[in-house]
Amino acid sequence: MTESAAHGFPGTTTRERHPLRAIPATDWAAALESAAKEVFGAEWEEQLARFIVFLRRRISGEYSVDEYGFDRELTQRFLLAVLRPIKEKWFRVEVRGIENIPTDGGALIVSNHSGTIPMDGLMTMVSIHDALGRDLRPLGADLVFRLPIVGNIARKAGATLACSEDAERMLRNGELVGVWPEGFKGIGKPYSERYKLQRFGRGGFVSSALRTGVPIVPLSVVGAEEIYPLVGNVPALAKVLGVPYLPITPFFPLLGPLGLIPLPSKWLIEFGEPIRTDAYDASEADDPMLVFNVTDQVRETIQQTLYRLLGERASVFG
Amino acid sequence: MAERTGPGRVLLVTGVSRDLGRRFARAAACHPNVERVIGVDVAPPRGDIGKVGFVRADIRNPVIAKVIAKEEVDTVVHLSVIATPGNTGGRSTMKELNVIGTMQLLAACQTAPSLRQVVVKSTTQVYGASSRDPAMFTESMEPRRTPSSGYARDVADIESYVRGFARRRPDVAVTVLRCANVLGPRVVSPIASHFRRTVVPNVLGFDPRLQFLHEQDLYGVLEHAVRTGVPGTFNVAGDGVLTHSQVARRLQRMTVPIPEPLFGLARFGGGEYPAELRALLTYGRGVDTSRMRSLLGFEPRYTTEETVVDFAESVMPSANRADRALAALESRLTGASGD
Repeated sequence: MTESAAHGFPGTTTRERHPLRAIPATDWAAALESAAKEVFGAEWEEQLARFIVFLRRRISGEYSVDEYGFDRELTQRFLLAVLRPIKEKWFRVEVRGIENIPTDGGALIVSNHSGTIPMDGLMTMVSIHDALGRDLRPLGADLVFRLPIVGNIARKAGATLACSEDAERMLRNGELVGVWPEGFKGIGKPYSERYKLQRFGRGGFVSSALRTGVPIVPLSVVGAEEIYPLVGNVPALAKVLGVPYLPITPFFPLLGPLGLIPLPSKWLIEFGEPIRTDAYDASEADDPMLVFNVTDQVRETIQQTLYRLLGERASVFG
Repeated sequence: MAERTGPGRVLLVTGVSRDLGRRFARAAACHPNVERVIGVDVAPPRGDIGKVGFVRADIRNPVIAKVIAKEEVDTVVHLSVIATPGNTGGRSTMKELNVIGTMQLLAACQTAPSLRQVVVKSTTQVYGASSRDPAMFTESMEPRRTPSSGYARDVADIESYVRGFARRRPDVAVTVLRCANVLGPRVVSPIASHFRRTVVPNVLGFDPRLQFLHEQDLYGVLEHAVRTGVPGTFNVAGDGVLTHSQVARRLQRMTVPIPEPLFGLARFGGGEYPAELRALLTYGRGVDTSRMRSLLGFEPRYTTEETVVDFAESVMPSANRADRALAALESRLTGASGD
């Protein structure tokens, strides 16, 4: 090893190479190698080799994304790895009813939405992945995909636009799709209205489930309401910026970046019993009465579960 | 689907002054079932056209009708819809060539009794590219925003004329091929030039999904459409999608992020970035090709990924320093763990 390391440092002088010229790649490699020995210790070679294979694959672009832009490798190795400690240590998420999610085939998870930023969606993704090994494919508003960086991360993490075409395409391909029908009305509602479900849109998600015959799994999330208590809003400025709301919380923008740290509320998330849709005919998806009834049933289930979970939670930060 | 193998087919191919049209016409002329191929364009072809008979005619004027009648053309392959003005002049000339040209061509076709088939090369750009798009467009979906100007508008107009023609001449098989961006070692197009740049600009914070069709598959699908005569509108693209960053990495290109508002302003040293390319490089697009397989019966030889790999061989890498360093380190490590 010492011999090959010695080869990595050829006897160059400033006369042969201008001192400001870039250092050759092999020199970098040799320098990195000795640094790695310091950092990783005895088993550094194997660990580093694995990491480098991964790094080379990323740098050369030899990984694949699916047709929605989902980068499974990046999501599992980075996004979920970052979110997991937040889920376990910060919010101490307690997951119930995971057995209500089918282990394979298409299903639609319908959840309440809160918390100023869609942290509830991210926590649901980690919870489902860790419990079942399945990837939750969230449906997002078009604003998400209009924003730079945010839209990019959303697609890489498996999200796609909340439209019937994409929802049905995913469900037909047997994906586990997540939808938050309250949308911005739910996530940007004031703290005083916490745990009161907003209107569930036009029930488009129910039509999609009916057309594809997949079960609807209601999901109730308790805890996300308290992470950024929204006590004010600047509608005028929000309008100028083209966003649906501009939040003011007790700590933001008062404390600046520090105010962006979410409060460590205690979370309970419960997946309810699946509502089957395969008994209906696909053509009934266009029957507004049926769609309305099923939407109402899902909404009512989530609302009742929220009240029950709130009663079971010892305190907000317990 | 009954194959049209009757002897002595006569093809009229428009747009032979451009490479794609010229190469297709030349290949078609060599086909045993084809009696002759007439190439039409306003400008003479730039290279060898083999056995193709060239007629210098402007499809915008009625001369084209005489050519179709006199030569007893039975198949028209319309390839002269152009994406960039190039050397033909400004945007207004381009629009005239595209839209008025197609109208005249179809008017000529309508009165031609010998005509049996029309194949039009359209593009997936008719779907536009926006944040409100579904991930994969099928042929029945409409663009979310009707384009008000530019190439995308031309193509939308052209397709509506073609649909009108198909209604008026139900005896003619009309095939519209909506092709994804064509890429190949010899292809010159705005997106190919974009990826050939030493430093590739990308839109800051966006990593659009892209789909490509290999140049060979474009000739393949045109030949297939002419041979089988399956009528209808079909998306044609290589399998799978790649993101912009993946393509740049495959080509070993350095990228420089440019904020979206500036991307439209800057011309980046002469590069052409028409509005529809800017939209594509921001939001990306995917099309569903299941109808291409099931109804048209065409299977592309190259996937999107293989198309990019093939294209990469024609492009000199400009940024592979990091990969070289890692490769050196990797071989060093694997060599070391062996002993």
